[in-house]
Amino acid sequence: MSRYTSATPDDRAEMLAVIGVSSVDELFEQIPGPLRLGRPLELPAGMSEAEVYERLAGLAARNADAEAEVTFLGAGMYDHYVPAIVDAITSRSEFLTPYTPYQPEISQGGLQVMFEFQTAMSELTGLPVSNAGLYEGPSSVASAGYLAMGATKRRKFVVSRGVHPHSRETLATYSVGYGAEVVEVGLAGGVTDAAALAAAVDGETAAVILQSPNFLGAVEDVEALGAAAKEHGALLVVACDPMTLGILKPPGECGADIALGEGQPLGNRLDFGGPSFGFFCSTEAQIRRMPGRIAGETEDVDGRRGFVLALQTREQHIRREKATNNICTAQALNALGAMVHLAWLGREGFRDLGELLVRRTAYARERLAAVDGVELLHDAPVVREFAVRLDAPVDRVLDRVAEHGIAAGYALGREYSEYDDALLVAITERRTREQIDALAEALGAAVAEGRGEKLPDSGSKSPQGATERVVA
Amino acid sequence: MAEANYPDDLRYHDQHDWVRLDGDDAAVFGITWYAQDTLGEVVFYEPPEVGATLTKDQPYAEVESVKAVSDVIAPMSGEVTEVNDVLSDSPEKINEGPYDEGWLVKVKLSSPQEYEALLTAAEYQKLLDR
Amino acid sequence: MTPLAEAPMQRERATTIYEKSKAGRRAAVLPDAGVPETPIEDLIPANLLRAEPPNLPEVAEPEIVRHYNRLSRRNFDLDSGFYPLGSCTMKHNPRLNERVAALPGHARLHPAQDPRRAQGALELMYLLQASLAEICGLPSVSLQPSAGSHGELAGLLLTRAYHADRGEVRTKVLAPDTSHGTNPASVTMAGYEVVKVATNQRGGVDMDDLRAKIEEDPSQIACLMLTNPNTLGLFDENIEEIAGLIHSAGGTLYYDGANLNAIMGRTRPGDMGFDIVHLNLHKSFSQPHGGGGPGAGPIAVSERIEPFLPRPQVVRREGAGGHGPRFDLDFDRPKSIGRLRGFQGNFGVFVRSYAYILSLGADGLTEASETAVLNANYLKARLAAGRAGERLPIAFDRHCMHEFVLSGRPMKKELGLATLDLAKRLLDFGFHPPTVYFPLLVDEALMVEPTETETKESLDAFADAVEEILAEAETDPEVAKNAPYSTPVRRLDEVRATRKPVVRQPLG
Repeated sequence: MSRYTSATPDDRAEMLAVIGVSSVDELFEQIPGPLRLGRPLELPAGMSEAEVYERLAGLAARNADAEAEVTFLGAGMYDHYVPAIVDAITSRSEFLTPYTPYQPEISQGGLQVMFEFQTAMSELTGLPVSNAGLYEGPSSVASAGYLAMGATKRRKFVVSRGVHPHSRETLATYSVGYGAEVVEVGLAGGVTDAAALAAAVDGETAAVILQSPNFLGAVEDVEALGAAAKEHGALLVVACDPMTLGILKPPGECGADIALGEGQPLGNRLDFGGPSFGFFCSTEAQIRRMPGRIAGETEDVDGRRGFVLALQTREQHIRREKATNNICTAQALNALGAMVHLAWLGREGFRDLGELLVRRTAYARERLAAVDGVELLHDAPVVREFAVRLDAPVDRVLDRVAEHGIAAGYALGREYSEYDDALLVAITERRTREQIDALAEALGAAVAEGRGEKLPDSGSKSPQGATERVVA
Repeated sequence: MAEANYPDDLRYHDQHDWVRLDGDDAAVFGITWYAQDTLGEVVFYEPPEVGATLTKDQPYAEVESVKAVSDVIAPMSGEVTEVNDVLSDSPEKINEGPYDEGWLVKVKLSSPQEYEALLTAAEYQKLLDR
Repeated sequence: MTPLAEAPMQRERATTIYEKSKAGRRAAVLPDAGVPETPIEDLIPANLLRAEPPNLPEVAEPEIVRHYNRLSRRNFDLDSGFYPLGSCTMKHNPRLNERVAALPGHARLHPAQDPRRAQGALELMYLLQASLAEICGLPSVSLQPSAGSHGELAGLLLTRAYHADRGEVRTKVLAPDTSHGTNPASVTMAGYEVVKVATNQRGGVDMDDLRAKIEEDPSQIACLMLTNPNTLGLFDENIEEIAGLIHSAGGTLYYDGANLNAIMGRTRPGDMGFDIVHLNLHKSFSQPHGGGGPGAGPIAVSERIEPFLPRPQVVRREGAGGHGPRFDLDFDRPKSIGRLRGFQGNFGVFVRSYAYILSLGADGLTEASETAVLNANYLKARLAAGRAGERLPIAFDRHCMHEFVLSGRPMKKELGLATLDLAKRLLDFGFHPPTVYFPLLVDEALMVEPTETETKESLDAFADAVEEILAEAETDPEVAKNAPYSTPVRRLDEVRATRKPVVRQPLG
């Protein structure tokens, strides 16, 4: 008997007798002798609960989290305030510990949450159909690609370089598998180059994939850009930041066939990148090609309103190799967090939060642009994130600003060699005017200090040089 | 249709399809009473496109119930000239009248001689009894 | 015997949060912007703005809490009752894991944080990788895949990259007819063709069929995907020979780790000859299922597959010149298949699973698997001794591993009771039913996985309930056929939900 099990020696003896064997070892005899491990696993011995807590608290203390420093990091995940009721509701056993709702009669709570969530995401994106959630943002883009291939019988994606680099890379990874070609279109003035996009789309294009606001924070004119997709019969796929949809025109009103994105800003913590959820909405025309779970409304035998998993024949447990996708997780708990957060914000609050983000971001952008050695990377409209160029090596500036307890933002050079002097700065309702002012000052000082300096060869970012041995 | 029924004026394919000849080189296809009964309540029918080429013994369409998907196998070869549009909104017609309102496609046959090799109603029922 | 009176839970009709909405109500109070109240149209062109805010519910906080609390009571959950759902490993979810995952150092750590300031998180990931590698008997682990299905896709893309690197193009992936549905779905997504392999009399891979499928054209065999123990809960004794056949054809051997809970510390996929393994952290490693996510599906791989692992990879860099070791994200992996998702994976899940591994340790993990197997065999024996022995016989009669599959065929034939009816009647007895109608190979299948965290008493109670339902059906099968009676709603019309799907609330 150890942690979390309860068979006493007496229980064991009784159970073995009922089975008709003399030892547990006998049950494992179906494993051929040479394959039996025959030694203990080389792992530490078990620990008490208090010891495990201390051990993990010790590791956690070695992370500079958003409680320990002021973070302007964004790039797809944002330090929003998650209301306390989200924690209270998502930690209830009844939501935390069930499996996927395969038995609808005893899963009405979870199924109704999915239905409410689908309604909310449909409202946000302006598209009639939403699924109950996918793994997260970037892989949702890859799933949209798979859907578009099925819908159009074509194998080419035209993707803006404004789409999150992780999404583009994930799409490329998947495309090697399902056999598609990815063509990237560059940016001009912070937004997708419309002429280049129009030139890249043709009769072979399955989908045009945009993101708005794009990775540089700029709001794209999706409607105008999407015309190229419509002209050639390609699907228009728009990745979006749900927190901006209280004020921005929804993708569904801009001609999108699919709107999707990373759901973390809604009711989910940063968690060093996950778990969160991806949302995925479409037109009615694509409902039978949708990936993931979908809850639907119906009635029971006595006429009571109820909910079930609808359209299950799309899914892998029935359609197997012909399934619309292999995914069978809905990130249900994360989607519940989002739903509670959205209900907490409500119709007015959601819009107000969007406006607050726009105004604070406008303030921050102006404040930073006024700093000597800092200029805007682009002047396209933004909601909650913007990019600046620094007249000093970005990594060095980030290190200096970090000494003030501030994570100044995301070094764009990590993903865009053409912007290796640029910084992406994100604002949430948690970033106060005072914090923005402090960032401007620290940034100004760091840029002044680092002006004219060049980083050593950027081939190795490790301060200890290339002599290190990597142990995977 | 609650009771098993296999009209004598049709021919049958062992994958549970029926054929009704319409002139020398045209025919109507559908699925049998047994097929719809096994599947249960049909919730969706995915038709081929008009103009699509069908090859005998190959799947040409899909029918779905809540928890199953079945390929529909072409009993004869030919080209689709018409699909039953009513089924997209009312797939239940396949259950209600598999031999009339629930027909699936009309086909211009490319090898009308294939008809002779199909099963008669009696032969098909014998197959089901096995 | 249908109780005519509605239970209180049934009397309460489903009402959505939107139906509780009233214009003007709200919960959130936002901070003041503290900056100039510039009109939004001056900051963003009007053609990019939406006319009306989205129609979200307008409800005050007390009503939100009440709404979701009441909804929660319309769920059955693992914390409240036995959940023997085959292939899903519904084991206890320790609350300690929730506590440590919620520490701000984990929960509020930004994924783009400089690795030098996220050393604790990277070390945790490194340690988890090492632990999973030891449990699997394989040298390298990537934590990136978000779930088992994602791990499968990763494994197939790794297979493709491995062969491409050798200048080979292979098109076929073998999978037993008993495999999880995700296997073939992943195969298609990865651009391969599925070839089904038959099952033999003992529930294992039919070796003759396997040989025949390989011999058709060994150069086309990319991979064999296998679960061992398989979905019948049986260990395939021929695994070494299977591995030999696949490897000599040049294919990779993929292990679906959904059933790892049977073998921890007893045998290892790597030692069986597998090249790629996915693990479901939400199954064997106690991450709560959350009503359908989140989970995580790390993959462990052999040396020859390692160069192709997704990036970034968490690595430990040994310090030079007096510096200690440090942990980093390695992007410099030229042969990598690339990313499978954003950032580094489901870190919150990693924290919980690492806490679980630390709590149990080497002995505890082994003991968990041993008890899982003991519990399954005990429940199997208890059922076999009663009416189930006749009506619901075991599909393949031998010792099982952590789960077993019964066939409801005699029950259906003799009592007119489908497996589904038994499942629905179990709801009235307060149990979550086993997995039904899977694997497809077994007629009227009922797949039972009790897990190690159940007491003997709860196993006995379940066996007693099955006995009682079968006895009841002998006198009146209609009772089960119309079950359940006591649940918040009774059997639901799934045909209607799929013929004319209503997938969102219509709002004015």
